[in-house]
Amino acid sequence: MSNRTAGYRALTTHRLFWPIVVLVVLLAANTVYRPGFLSVQMRDGHLYGSLIDILRLSAPLILVALGMTLVIATGGIDLSVGSLCAISGAIACLHISEQPDQNSVGGVLTALALGLGVALVLGAWNGVLVAVIGIQPIIATLILMVAGRGLAQLITEGQILTINSDPYKAIGVGHLLTLPLAIFIALAAALVVAAFTRRTALGLIIESVGGNAQASRLAGIRSARITFLVYVISAACAAVAGFMMTANVSSADGNAAGLWVELDAILAVVIGGTSLAGGRFSLGGTILGALLIQTLTTTVYAMNISPQTSLLFKAVVVIAVCLIQAPGFRARFARRRPSAAAPAPVTEQPKEQVPA
Amino acid sequence: MTGSHPVLTMTGISKSFPGVRALDNVDFRLFPGEVHALMGENGAGKSTLIKVLTGVYGTDQGTVTLADEQVSFTGPMQATAAGVSTVFQEVNLCTNLSVAENIFIGREPRRLGAVRWGEMRRQARALLARLDLDIDVNAQLGSYSLAVQQMVAIARAIDIKARVLVLDEPTSSLDAGEVAQLFRVMRQLRDDGIAILFVTHFLDQVYEIADRITVLRNGQLVGEYLTGELPQLGLVEKMIGKELRVLERLDEQPRRAATDRATGTPLLDVHELGRRSAVAPFSLTIHEGEVVGLAGLLGSGRTEVARLLFGADRADHGDVRVQGSPASLRTPVAAIGHGIGFCSENRRAEGIIAELSVRENIILAMQAARGWLRPIPRRRQDELVERYVRALSIRPADPELPVGNLSGGNQQKVLLARWLITEPRLLILDEPTRGIDIGAKTEIQRLVAQLSDGGMAVLFVSAELEEVLRLSHKIAVLRDREMVAQLTNDQDVDADRIMQSIAAGAGHEGVPS
Ligand SMILES: Nc1ncnc2c1ncn2[C@@H]1O[C@H](COP(=O)(O)OP(=O)(O)OP(=O)(O)O)[C@@H](O)[C@H]1O
Ligand SMILES: [Mg+2]
Repeated sequence: MSNRTAGYRALTTHRLFWPIVVLVVLLAANTVYRPGFLSVQMRDGHLYGSLIDILRLSAPLILVALGMTLVIATGGIDLSVGSLCAISGAIACLHISEQPDQNSVGGVLTALALGLGVALVLGAWNGVLVAVIGIQPIIATLILMVAGRGLAQLITEGQILTINSDPYKAIGVGHLLTLPLAIFIALAAALVVAAFTRRTALGLIIESVGGNAQASRLAGIRSARITFLVYVISAACAAVAGFMMTANVSSADGNAAGLWVELDAILAVVIGGTSLAGGRFSLGGTILGALLIQTLTTTVYAMNISPQTSLLFKAVVVIAVCLIQAPGFRARFARRRPSAAAPAPVTEQPKEQVPA
Repeated sequence: MTGSHPVLTMTGISKSFPGVRALDNVDFRLFPGEVHALMGENGAGKSTLIKVLTGVYGTDQGTVTLADEQVSFTGPMQATAAGVSTVFQEVNLCTNLSVAENIFIGREPRRLGAVRWGEMRRQARALLARLDLDIDVNAQLGSYSLAVQQMVAIARAIDIKARVLVLDEPTSSLDAGEVAQLFRVMRQLRDDGIAILFVTHFLDQVYEIADRITVLRNGQLVGEYLTGELPQLGLVEKMIGKELRVLERLDEQPRRAATDRATGTPLLDVHELGRRSAVAPFSLTIHEGEVVGLAGLLGSGRTEVARLLFGADRADHGDVRVQGSPASLRTPVAAIGHGIGFCSENRRAEGIIAELSVRENIILAMQAARGWLRPIPRRRQDELVERYVRALSIRPADPELPVGNLSGGNQQKVLLARWLITEPRLLILDEPTRGIDIGAKTEIQRLVAQLSDGGMAVLFVSAELEEVLRLSHKIAVLRDREMVAQLTNDQDVDADRIMQSIAAGAGHEGVPS
């Protein structure tokens, strides 16, 4: 019996136990509300259904959150990802709109390269501010968060830039092997980031810098380089997410693209079990966190919760997840329970009272 | 003192962590007006017992009775309020606050709700004077050495009106002088009827101050003894659970003869190296296979010298030659590039990365030197880690445990392993035996001797003069952040002679000592 209890214990104290429970509860609630929720149909060789939608819509968030995970693991934060989405999307759309043939694959690829290139430069800017100049990450990236919106507007000249390019559109709504292409892109990005961090020693070194920067320095880690690198990676992820967002609607809106995605990404990372203080990170957890956030958003729409209360609803669920995960909150519960049950014979071995 | 009623009784305490039974049905009691030493090897459960007492951890089982009332504290704050004042093994003060603020944090002297800063500083000065410590109470705590920080933590604890004072390895980084002063204060408190729980790995200190000894082994109670009735050897046997001639080995180990290792081109040759407000310019040579000890009192600049040689702090004066050619040691990376390793005395802030595993902590320096693109193959990691976990008897011997879950002494061994696997040419050890039990301490000393025989140069910093004398070929003496003498460690050199040269350094400056 003690074995089973131990197994149960190990399960409930697993980092991702509660996020998974909440996700399942959300899906169940949706199913109750709308019985067809879980069904997936094949139409024109593509799979359709709410679950597929959730996966597709969460792809940009997953991308942004992957980069954010690495930044947060070093003890930093990147507020500029939303603006970076807007900028890279705007640049790509601008370039495509200037093409004589918007459907040329070559033109789209150059557009993507341009957008990505600019994002990398801006990521390097963030990296320099944080790693070389030593500005607090939240302030350093706040600069680009604010200025970046302006930059995106400049690129689109304050207009919503609409394009008509099938190859570009495919990034957002295309299909591959019956599934939305966006899912594969997000999956590929996750695999690349995972290989990049876990197949090399980068992950260990990031965790070390985030866990104890001073000790890492004395162990001979060039932490400035690592810090610089994670902001560049984060920007690259944001750029791809930006392409996806603009491809979804075939237009670039400097104001709306990627708005507040940084906050959703931070939430996804935290729900996934990576501490804002830095240190250990979990890419799998982050993906789960992003799926949870997207499911929540979808639920809010599906249940016709009024826009006024929808944000509140989201906030309540997020707070609940964070609370059950918080060690302090858990400890309080854990301690209260056994002490209530203390008089009961808890152990196998009878304890003999040794008068001291 | 005996015959009276215990002020604190812990009965049948059990505490498990995942995979480890840290405490198993342990009883402990503490009488008013006694100093009670809690003894045991690294990982025996001493700190855990203290944390259970102060409510840092809840218990799985067992009761704590304070002054006839069953208590179950939710944390150190509550314990303090109930009269149990504690200095934890890992000093946890706020290094970014001033010394005075640290002493009074949470109980600042107030008038009408406003903090009385002048009064606070005055009281802080008075308190530190009681410990014979003369430092600027307005300065940031972080600007002082670990030893001073430890003294500040003690000052904070003894100021609180307590019935029970708990000191978990308070003397681990203190010099003889500070220890003597601390003991004077402890005796005073004891005579006032305060019960003191004292943890240390220094047997001499136990026999100097403790009235009673409780021994733990592997989380179990071995027994409670009166100090007078338990000879040192008996105590060691009780702690390690078998007969081992550790003590003899410590004493018998021959003084390392001043062999002529100091020949040829020195491995490291620093000339007039210094840093303003840290240490005055000094010159020093270290040869291959040579152990150079640094001796000096608290605040004399030992750690500062070590940090300059590793580039942990940047020198603003002087030049350096490594094997005859000019070199720069401006950053740790540069120093590591020249084959230098450095084990900091402050393992919590500058050493371990608590949430990473033992394995990851051990390979960290080696991995950093290779660069992140060339990960050490997992099989090789496991090999190396296993070898050193065994060689240094790191316990529990599970390389995948987060290092923060290990006991203090075992964390220290992990740090040592981190540098040993990089096979440095010069290893700078700042208090490497801090908080390490006597068995492991001899092991580490033997290892240092062995490594230097194998050609590794070692710079050995320790507050324990005996240890420095036993291991070093050459001893550099520091006083007031100045290197005042360098002695070849031969027959004529002993602790007295070193103390003399410290004093002579004073005369040299024309300061009455
Ligand atoms: N937070 C924790 N999580 C898991 N295991 C722990 C934790 N704290 C302590 N332990 C384990 O409990 C045992 C007892 O540790 P403890 O710190 O009490 O030893 P100690 O007697 O104080 O040793 P030292 O002399 O090295 O300080 C060790 O095996 C240690 O690894
Ligand atoms: Mg301890």
